[in-house]
Amino acid sequence: MQVYFDNAATTKPSRAAIEAYAKALCEDFANPSSLHEPGQKAKEKLEEARAVFAAAIGAKANEIYFTSGGSESDNQAIISAARAGKRKGKNKIISTAIEHHAVLHTLNKLKQDGFEIVLLPVSSTGLVTAEQVAAAIDERTCLVAVMYANNEIGTVLPIAEIGAVCRARGVPLFTDAVQAVGHEKIDVQAQNIDYLSLSAHKFHGPKGVGALYVRKGMPLSSLIEGGAQERGRRAGTENLPGIISAAVAIEEATKNLEQNRARVLPLRDRLIAGLSEIPHSVLNGEKEKRLFSNVHFCFEGIEGESLLLMLSDQGIAASSGSACTSGSLDPSHVLLAIGRPHEIAHGSLRLTLDETATAEQVDYVIDKVKEIVGYLRNMSPVWRDLKEGKREFIIK
Amino acid sequence: MALYSEKVMDHFRNPRNVGVIEDADGVGEVGNAKCGDIMKIYLKINGGIITDVKFETFGCGSAIASSSIATELIKGKPVSEAMTLTNKAVAEALDGLPAYKMHCSVLAEEAIKAAILDYYEKNGIPYDEKDFPSFSCEHCD
Repeated sequence: MQVYFDNAATTKPSRAAIEAYAKALCEDFANPSSLHEPGQKAKEKLEEARAVFAAAIGAKANEIYFTSGGSESDNQAIISAARAGKRKGKNKIISTAIEHHAVLHTLNKLKQDGFEIVLLPVSSTGLVTAEQVAAAIDERTCLVAVMYANNEIGTVLPIAEIGAVCRARGVPLFTDAVQAVGHEKIDVQAQNIDYLSLSAHKFHGPKGVGALYVRKGMPLSSLIEGGAQERGRRAGTENLPGIISAAVAIEEATKNLEQNRARVLPLRDRLIAGLSEIPHSVLNGEKEKRLFSNVHFCFEGIEGESLLLMLSDQGIAASSGSACTSGSLDPSHVLLAIGRPHEIAHGSLRLTLDETATAEQVDYVIDKVKEIVGYLRNMSPVWRDLKEGKREFIIK
Repeated sequence: MALYSEKVMDHFRNPRNVGVIEDADGVGEVGNAKCGDIMKIYLKINGGIITDVKFETFGCGSAIASSSIATELIKGKPVSEAMTLTNKAVAEALDGLPAYKMHCSVLAEEAIKAAILDYYEKNGIPYDEKDFPSFSCEHCD
């Protein structure tokens, strides 16, 4: 059986998104900056797509800027707010310990440039409260950056509450919503969001297409200099086929959100229940305030990469919080932030479903994970020590 | 190119000599659960020859493969020859490891040396301390 449960890494483009992409490549190849008729037609298509993106998150079309993806949008939002803050003598940014590296590494660079970066600690389920944000804001704060939903453990953060605090205190709020679009109902007006990043390949759109929402009146500076595309804020000929395709994908994802949730949520909970039967295992993240597609576990006594490789041999595409797979030996910063010790954080598994998932797939994955965890534990000296009482179990 | 060579994947999928020797003549354990790798080597030694070897490993794919191939490289060999096994030889026997996984081959070399040291000490066999590494876990310290 082939099972693709790595939708938080990327999704399979939808049929409609692929068709729109191919059609645009054939028909809308002209440069939207050109004055001739094909160019102007392309420009119209670009603006239609912008309106679709805006509608999906409750924004106005002129508040949407197309980018190359989530990382670029994250970088641009943070750097724009930081530059504007610096001009006003504000050099403090408040964020969280569990942000994506596109946010954390950008903040690190700003720290080297003299900014004060406050990373709020999170609860054992990955939550940050509006009260924590309120307590951290002072007159030097130029930005609050809190992700909408965590990409590893799936916890959904209280963005509306944090937005209300930020608005009341006059501090802009940026949220990395890359994992949230198509999973959570987003309304940038009601939730008081000033900057929001999203990425098309996380909701069955193409790779290389992202967007940055910037509330009207908020500062936005360019990272890429050149032509006057995107109202002078993002140079470079627009990736029109990608943008048109992404617009189809975001429209589908937001229209079908509740239907997809109703379908996937019971499967997610079936998977969580099945994996919870494995002794000395623990679910990471919130139980309720959790993306409907996300399952994330730690298993004591094993290492995540071995588990992933063996699952792959069984046709199961999954991922791990263990950064072992990404060329680093450090365990996930998210798991450490929620208080998992190193030796537990190494044994993690993330399974992220989409609306094509079936109960048969879920049951197959439960069986295989049980089998492989058992096999790896049998060859693990750590497990032997735990079983023989020479080492204490951390996960009871 | 795939992350690992075919040889690594073969030893990962079908590890040789997994298990425990209850009456081992030498046992060595190196690594640290915090780093994500622990290797344990059990040796049966008869007349200076390693007649049997088993391993247990907690770790990534290359850690399991490194332990597996290391046991093959020393099984049936004199202890003196096992002492000359280098981490480089372990990695080469696996047709190479990614640069950031080379520490797995180091662990394999160290685990064997730790087991031999244990054998020497249990049997009162004199040895030169210089031949044995400090078995420190460098990226944790």
